[in-house]
Amino acid sequence: MPTFNLKINNKTHAVEADMDTPLLWVLRDQINLVGTKYGCGIGQCGACTVHVDGVATRSCLLQISQAEGLNITTIEGLSENGNHPVQEAWKDIDVPQCGYCQSGQIMTASAFLKRNPSPSNSEIRNAMHGNICRCASYNSIEKAVKVASEKLT
Amino acid sequence: MKTSKQIAFSRRSFLKTSTLASGGMLIGFNLFNACKQDVVPPIDISELNFNDFNAFIKISDEGKVTIFSPNPEIGQGVKTSMPMIIAEELDVPWENVFVQQGVLDTKNYQRQVAGGSQSIRLGWEPLRQTGATAKQMLVNAAATKWGIDASECTAKLGVITNAKGETLGYGDVVKEAAVLEVPEGVKLKDPKDFTIIGKNTSNVDLDNIVTGKPLYGLDYKEDGMLYASVLRAPAFGQVLESFDASAAKAMPGVIDVITIGEKAREYLEKDKSNWTLRINRNDKIVVIANSTWAAIKGKNAVKTVWNTESELEDTEFHDKALVNLLEGNKFNTLRSDGNVKKAFAEADKILERTYESPFLAHNCMEPMNFFANVTEEKVHLVGPIQTPAATATIVSDLLDRNIEDVHVEMTRMGGGFGRRLYGDFACEAAEISNAIQKPVKMVSTREDDMSTGVYRPPTKYRIAASIKDGKITGYQLKEACVNGNSWGQISDFFPAGAVENYQFDVANYKSNITTGAWRAPYTNFLASAEQSFFDELAEVMGVDRIQLHLDLLQKVKGTTDERIQYNPERLEGVIKLVVDKSNWGNTKEGVYQGFSVYYCHNTHVAEVADIIMDNGVPIVKRVTCAVDCGIVVNPLGALNQIKGGVIDGIGHAMYSELTFNNGIPQSNNFDSYQLIRMGQTPNVDVHFVESNESPTGLGEPTLPPVGAAVANAIYAATGKRLTKQPYMNNMNVKEKIIG
Ligand code: FES
Ligand code: FES
Repeated sequence: MPTFNLKINNKTHAVEADMDTPLLWVLRDQINLVGTKYGCGIGQCGACTVHVDGVATRSCLLQISQAEGLNITTIEGLSENGNHPVQEAWKDIDVPQCGYCQSGQIMTASAFLKRNPSPSNSEIRNAMHGNICRCASYNSIEKAVKVASEKLT
Repeated sequence: MKTSKQIAFSRRSFLKTSTLASGGMLIGFNLFNACKQDVVPPIDISELNFNDFNAFIKISDEGKVTIFSPNPEIGQGVKTSMPMIIAEELDVPWENVFVQQGVLDTKNYQRQVAGGSQSIRLGWEPLRQTGATAKQMLVNAAATKWGIDASECTAKLGVITNAKGETLGYGDVVKEAAVLEVPEGVKLKDPKDFTIIGKNTSNVDLDNIVTGKPLYGLDYKEDGMLYASVLRAPAFGQVLESFDASAAKAMPGVIDVITIGEKAREYLEKDKSNWTLRINRNDKIVVIANSTWAAIKGKNAVKTVWNTESELEDTEFHDKALVNLLEGNKFNTLRSDGNVKKAFAEADKILERTYESPFLAHNCMEPMNFFANVTEEKVHLVGPIQTPAATATIVSDLLDRNIEDVHVEMTRMGGGFGRRLYGDFACEAAEISNAIQKPVKMVSTREDDMSTGVYRPPTKYRIAASIKDGKITGYQLKEACVNGNSWGQISDFFPAGAVENYQFDVANYKSNITTGAWRAPYTNFLASAEQSFFDELAEVMGVDRIQLHLDLLQKVKGTTDERIQYNPERLEGVIKLVVDKSNWGNTKEGVYQGFSVYYCHNTHVAEVADIIMDNGVPIVKRVTCAVDCGIVVNPLGALNQIKGGVIDGIGHAMYSELTFNNGIPQSNNFDSYQLIRMGQTPNVDVHFVESNESPTGLGEPTLPPVGAAVANAIYAATGKRLTKQPYMNNMNVKEKIIG
């Protein structure tokens, strides 16, 4: 199996994997970064969202062979002490129910707020539309994105 | 006999204390035994040992309190709210309380289930007793130290004070307290003195969740663990004829391809009624690999031949079968009051309507998975499960092992909604590990999860009411459902008791498609049907829909019928609250409202949906929700549950369905199965009825009524009565994504 050098959370990891292995499973099974979740495997739910060069990206659709040289950030690397403004806002609002979708939600929200630090309500709803929360914590997610945007500005 | 034993029931029998070698005191109690209403604990405390306990409170000599909570967390917040109740009566600052999920030895557990919204309701009294008893022991120990009577001491926030103003921390007396007699009949706090209960308290796993720590079953790992992907029959009604795994075996990372299912079949010959094992009971092919991806890819490379064993059903077939049932006479009567036939014969007017719902998948965000390590010494199982005790029993039977050898550890769960009541996935993992004698994790893909599931069965209701002299004289409800039916108590919900001639009949069609509990079983659609019906009934009668409900409830007040489950005063309370808070009847132009009220899972709920129409597409803007759930233990957690239930209810009523063709589910992932997304969600505005009653559950009861609130609002806007879910499929409009 070929070896790939991945830059994840500012560290380089050499991993051996099949060319077509999704980054998601490399993160979870090989690098032990299990904060990135599997929900659908086809880009529909957002549970697996990571940042690639700062852009929210579905790690279930990114093949490992295309990931070399990219700057990948996972939920574990979003902040040093779990204190990114978006994480703080998520805690302030107590967003999670089962919590399973939330790292994906946080990664989507943090990439979005970086581009658009003071979004309107409908911009927030559009930006978060690709992330499913089966527990339907949508009201709280929406509010937390707003709170995070206030923290950022 | 049972009664006399219960009289002798002593509180001390569910508590036991000991000192810890590391310093501090450990209080053990059997939460689930204590929560069972009809339990008769051993009279003598010496009959108990710590193996019987599944929950512990540890008080360290610094006064720090750790509560080991055994309750599985599926997102309903009990892992936070149950310890809050203990801490309240123990009277310690919440900041000094740490909550840990107990590692479980599954021996002797009773109510170890997260489901039915019952955890809080049943745990309320015992948990308070436990906390209060522990506090009393600490006070007694301090009093002995001071040489005074315990009544001269008070305890607050972890500190015991005597009349002279001297103080001792809980930690200073744990050693002495641990060896004292367990006091009986301790006094509980007056709810008005609560300082923890009723305060917003964050989820205890919050930090771990937002930083992506391993918490869930899918995150669990052990050295040497392998991954297994299971190939199950693609259609319900098919069995495995043959397969060719040569291509799969040649793939990198694939270790072996085996079959399982034999053990489950043997077991089912003895006990056909075993529900868990009937799920996907046929032979399955298992690809074992050294990574999840290799296991999934390997599974996709297996070539198979399937044989048809029984009818390959489809959606039209189910529709016909259920309509035939409604029109036939194969009903069981769950409840019958007066004479419905006579009432209908004498009526001035009769309204009859039929309501229909589809199959639904659970679609827990975390697909089914389980870890198993079967060795000669023990069977170690780890994963997300709502019924660890029952699962341990089945696994021990399945593998022919002593129950003492089976250890189940529960992880946090990425959603439950009823799916994780069934331990089929844990049994599969155990069977696989038993076959290969290695630690292994069975991982379902989303496709596996959605297309080989345990579904909410489709149901059709035919409801009829007779009207005479402007009054409802008769009410008849017929239920036709796949595989199961509403059970006894549901027929005692509103409007039972409010209409003199009342009948609730059920019938079912037995399908080979597996069905089971889904968030608020049966009521999840029954409430939509009945509350849509009442909206139309009020219109036909020419009366105000709110007043119609209030008048009906008036008749139930003071009833001597003990079967009636709801409380008419409490239903009236939520109706009045929602009318007030929703600004009922006084909306802005272009906003249309729908009303719905329901009782289930011991909680009373009324809801009003506000919608607007955008190019023929209904958009739910706001839902006002009035809830009477007794004392609200944790308002923050309660709000999450309530809002989640409302939005989940809207999503499934409007958008979701699973259809079948030739026994094959026609959706297998989120590109073909619609779940509600943020752009479609209303703001949910929640109001609680103030109450001193014991708390009741919130995981389920806000979901059932909302479908009707939306349907009734759509009627107000369009004049079209929607009777078939999902509503959007029956509105002939293409929805655009709403930003
Ligand atoms: S797992 Fe990647 S989008 Fe769902
Ligand atoms: S919190 Fe459960 S899926 Fe979002």
